[in-house]
Amino acid sequence: MKNMQGFKTAQASSQLYCHSSFLLRGNDGNRNPTTGFCDLGDLHHSSAVFHQEAGVDLGSSSMFSVKSSNVVGDSNMQYGTLSTNVGSSQIGSSGGGCMDTGLQLMYHKGVSMQTLPLGNGHVDNWADSGIVDNSQQTDDTSTDIDTDDRIQCNRVKNGSRMLMQSKDQTKVKPEDQKTLRRLAQNREAAKKSRLRKKAYVQQLENSRVKLVQLEQELQRARQQGILIGTEGNQGHLAVGNGALAFDMEYAHWVDEHQHLLNDLRLAVNSQMSDDELHILVEGVRVHYNELFTLKRIGAKADIFHILHGTWKTPVERRFMWLGGFRSSELLKIIKDHLEPLTEQQLLDICNLQKSSLQSEDALEKGMEALEQYLVETLSSTSLGPTGNGNVADYMDQMALAMAKLGELEGLLHQADLLKQHYLRQLQRILTVRQTARAFLVQNDFISRLRALSSLWLARPRE
Amino acid sequence: MHYQVEPAAAAWNYLIRVRTMEEDQMERVVRLASQSAVVIFSMSSCCMCHAMKRLFCGMGVNPTVHELDQDPKGKDMERALMRLLGNGINTTAAVVPVVFIGGKLVGSMDRVLAFHISGTLVPLLKQAGALWL
Repeated sequence: MKNMQGFKTAQASSQLYCHSSFLLRGNDGNRNPTTGFCDLGDLHHSSAVFHQEAGVDLGSSSMFSVKSSNVVGDSNMQYGTLSTNVGSSQIGSSGGGCMDTGLQLMYHKGVSMQTLPLGNGHVDNWADSGIVDNSQQTDDTSTDIDTDDRIQCNRVKNGSRMLMQSKDQTKVKPEDQKTLRRLAQNREAAKKSRLRKKAYVQQLENSRVKLVQLEQELQRARQQGILIGTEGNQGHLAVGNGALAFDMEYAHWVDEHQHLLNDLRLAVNSQMSDDELHILVEGVRVHYNELFTLKRIGAKADIFHILHGTWKTPVERRFMWLGGFRSSELLKIIKDHLEPLTEQQLLDICNLQKSSLQSEDALEKGMEALEQYLVETLSSTSLGPTGNGNVADYMDQMALAMAKLGELEGLLHQADLLKQHYLRQLQRILTVRQTARAFLVQNDFISRLRALSSLWLARPRE
Repeated sequence: MHYQVEPAAAAWNYLIRVRTMEEDQMERVVRLASQSAVVIFSMSSCCMCHAMKRLFCGMGVNPTVHELDQDPKGKDMERALMRLLGNGINTTAAVVPVVFIGGKLVGSMDRVLAFHISGTLVPLLKQAGALWL
């Protein structure tokens, strides 16, 4: 009943719909253009119609022909205000159905009343045309109008009252029954359409809220340094997922590793037996294997993400070689912390250092060979302004280059295997306590690199 | 009856022929492997093979390298090597590089590196006469 509230939302849109076309394009597809209001129009015609019979055959398109006269439009807009409370009110039951549908139409299109200067010219015309006598019939609708809308409805009230009275005064002719039925159907359709629109808008609002939440999450995650794939592009999205998954798994692994090493530290400082210490040390070494498995999976998903090392902190990245630390570097770091070493142990450590270095260099040369191959393949004859580029050649180049990129995974895997062998050999050469100390020193160094990265990133800049 | 035997026989003949070819190449591979102290079967374009070659050269070993992509029977040799390695699982990965030291099969890059880091590669090389001191 109090549809004025709904009408107020319609007022938000500042569009004046004066065209006939908009009425023809009813919200409901089933709306026959000839039913309901075809054209906003000539109030002269309408007034005449209303004057004759309540069951106005609004189907006649000539009735409301749009002259695009603002006054006409304005007055018709006034009906929009009526529609809100006229629409589902008792007037529909009487012969006012014809008015309802048209007014509802205008309501659908979000007709705004705010921009309407209420021309009361036509109202006066109506008065002149004799439709209206000044009987102050107290409809519910008129009371509604009185109580609800403030400014613009004042004029409209008069018009509506006049309209209602005109309808009441006319008889209902038999052929108007059909019209009434049709108009009632229109009304129903309009109502359904309104409800659908409401539901759709609600859905949109929910999605919008969800979108805002997701964006906030993304922002938070980005701040934590996790690499997010670029938005929009589907291909990049797939890549981003692999990288993101690896980053999260790696962060998790780092946490676990810290816990294991803390336990090891406590054990070393306490007077634990060698056997028990051995179990802990072995646990740490096995945990490294988990990391290599993670990296293998990550390399399959996105090899360049692993190679690029965004998942490491900036300072760590400087020391990164082929996806991780060089074993020879780590050995250099821990060597001084391992005394006392026996002669044999010293010899073995030196051999380990040498063999690690040689293997690392070999893999590095392999990487260089790969890069050289890419350069040679992609810069062959077809390049340059004088080269007559052959599509087949280009495709061959790409195929070769693609095959070569597949070998990156193998190189990365070998580098990780090197690390694995190094850790195992370390455990063989050293005593349990020495191995434990070696792992702790190694990890302390890496932790300090991470701390340095955080400090560096958080430093105050002038 | 008569007709059924024919295609079966033809298929069997083909199989035997292929096998003998492979056997030939297998023999050839083994023969080549025992000709030098260190023998590497590789491909000229493979970067892992390049790494392997550099590893041995860096240690002071002078390996004999057979480039399979420059050999007319290269494909068969590759298949023979695959069977030697027992690589039933990983057929998509490259077979080469494969190393023989002292005529005995060592294996692929990961085995070589494992031996090297654990310190057993150098004694093996010395034993085969590829390294002195």
